[in-house]
Amino acid sequence: MQANQPMNKTTSKSIYRPKTAAVVILAGLGLLAAAMASSIIYGASNFQLSTIWEALVHFDAGSTAHQIIQRLRMPRALAAALIGSSLAVSGAIMQGMTRNALASPSIMGVTAGATFMMSIGLAFMESASNTTLMLLSFAGAGLGAGLVLMIGSLSKRGLTPVKLALAGSAVTALLSSISSAIAIHFNVAKDISFWYAGGVSGVQWVNVQLLIPVVIIGLLLALALSRSITVMSLGEEVATGLGQKTGIVKFLGTLVVLLLTGAAVAVGGTIGFVGLVIPHIVRFIVGPDYRLIIPCSAVVGALLLVFADVAARMINPPFETPVGAITAIIGVPFFLYLARREGRGL
Amino acid sequence: MMNTTRKVMSVSMILLLAIAAVFLVSLNMGTMKIPLAEVIKAFNGTGSEQNYTVLVHFRLPRMVIAILIGAGIAVSGAILQSVSRNALADPGILGINSGAGLAVVLYIFYFQGSSFSSGVLSVYMMPFAALFGAFLAAFLIYTLAWKQGVTPIRLVLVGIGINAAFAALIIVFQLMMDPNNFMQATIWLSGSIWGASWEYVYAILPWILLLIPWALYKSQNLNVLNLGDHTATGLGVTVERERRILLFISVALAGACVAVGGGIAFLGLVAPHLARKLVGPRHQGMLPVSALLGSLVLLVADMIGKNLMAPSEIPVGLVVSCLGAPYFIYLLIKD
Repeated sequence: MQANQPMNKTTSKSIYRPKTAAVVILAGLGLLAAAMASSIIYGASNFQLSTIWEALVHFDAGSTAHQIIQRLRMPRALAAALIGSSLAVSGAIMQGMTRNALASPSIMGVTAGATFMMSIGLAFMESASNTTLMLLSFAGAGLGAGLVLMIGSLSKRGLTPVKLALAGSAVTALLSSISSAIAIHFNVAKDISFWYAGGVSGVQWVNVQLLIPVVIIGLLLALALSRSITVMSLGEEVATGLGQKTGIVKFLGTLVVLLLTGAAVAVGGTIGFVGLVIPHIVRFIVGPDYRLIIPCSAVVGALLLVFADVAARMINPPFETPVGAITAIIGVPFFLYLARREGRGL
Repeated sequence: MMNTTRKVMSVSMILLLAIAAVFLVSLNMGTMKIPLAEVIKAFNGTGSEQNYTVLVHFRLPRMVIAILIGAGIAVSGAILQSVSRNALADPGILGINSGAGLAVVLYIFYFQGSSFSSGVLSVYMMPFAALFGAFLAAFLIYTLAWKQGVTPIRLVLVGIGINAAFAALIIVFQLMMDPNNFMQATIWLSGSIWGASWEYVYAILPWILLLIPWALYKSQNLNVLNLGDHTATGLGVTVERERRILLFISVALAGACVAVGGGIAFLGLVAPHLARKLVGPRHQGMLPVSALLGSLVLLVADMIGKNLMAPSEIPVGLVVSCLGAPYFIYLLIKD
């Protein structure tokens, strides 16, 4: 399988670039602040920056503007940033661990699992609350990834990247066909599509409260693992030779991916291409060291998703364009460029 | 060599018998049960008018179509896997299904319900939209993957990218539809052969009759291409030209099948894997066995989809995935 070749080939000339990474992180955080501010300003009605400041420091429950800012726009902007970070970091970890440049959270069966549980929830539990649905899809994300990992570890020659991809696509096919059948039979297909293409448009504080702890724990674990992942990305034999316990690193890495994508999918539905493209862009700028790739991916991923979410509102107001479509439209040309430039290395 | 040929023969015979058996059972089953004796009477011309209508105008064309597109999708997948030397390749992954899907979704979105396409005409126009979309996708993939020739890996990667882009556009347009059109589009995208009639059979038959034998004729080249570009060139195959011809066969097959059957996923992936397991990797044996397997699986899946939750039907593509995926997982674990 060609896609299985080490991707480091393309970037072998690069070196450790902490200064570049510092610039990326600082500039990225600055831009992120600006993007989040504009995410709060622009929408069906636009606000002044001063109104936002007032809503933050002297919240007035009687003011509609303050209500909108507090209850709709702020959780939305925050959720977009957190989900963008989660997906980008998950993608980076998976690409590093599997040494496969095509690896991204969606091949793990995570999104299909979440959709599966959502369709069951929408079809059989009539008055399921938002929180219940979110917890259901979180459980579904775990179910999908658990199935994929189980198949991988049951198989005789262990969990190779190719096997992971094959198992992922089989589990995805199985779960998503069952959920389509349920959706068509119980006439909830459109609800489900709205949910999984809906991005962060309906996010409330409850969702953000679930996201924050999970994402913080996930990101901290990812940073702690980043050194080991760099070693893993040199190849499993090299890693073992350097005295690394690859089994533990794989386990922890997978756990982090599960936490981060599970939370992201539960709140934001399927948002493609962030986890695939961002790590590549970041690797191009800061080199192949995951101690730098992981924090930079977190910042740039957040930036992309907040930006895409603003675009989702602006393109066809008052309708929302699915944010996953926008990330795909930004992502696909870049992906094609990568595929053409260095097909073999990718 | 002799042994494999005999094996191919016996496996093919068993598959043919199985297809015949399922065919007979499937004729009896449906919202209206028709016993075998009545079926024979109907074809004799001594049965009831109603039975004759149900059998000849509804059940038969649908089953013939299942057999034809099952074979087509399986052979298309087998060719793609060999040409790209990638075990994961199938028309769905390369964006051919989603190209057709986008064309159909756009068609439903813009023309459905407008005076231009009232009634019958709209049903007959949809396959053309799908065919156009499939070829557009294939053209885009090939052009974008072209850079002094096309390597298998670049083809797969570009295909994945195109697939993602089309899938994104599909969901954008689908969400703007009203609930009825949305449902129609969802069912089409899941793969279904409900609307089958003899016209569709006549429309797809020439493609299948022309393209599958052509693929069989190219078996030896597929065997050689599977060894890798360098070896193939060394063995005297003009790699680029052969690859283009084989890709064309594969896309044309997939396009024609998608046009009639919708986005049936997983069959193009599973049938060749299964066939390789049964008769080995030589295409002379593997291609015909894939075709028979594809027909059998689709016929069975259609029977199940039609009867399991009758009177409402499950799109056949979903049944294929539910049957195919567990088997595929079993293969993965055992391998």
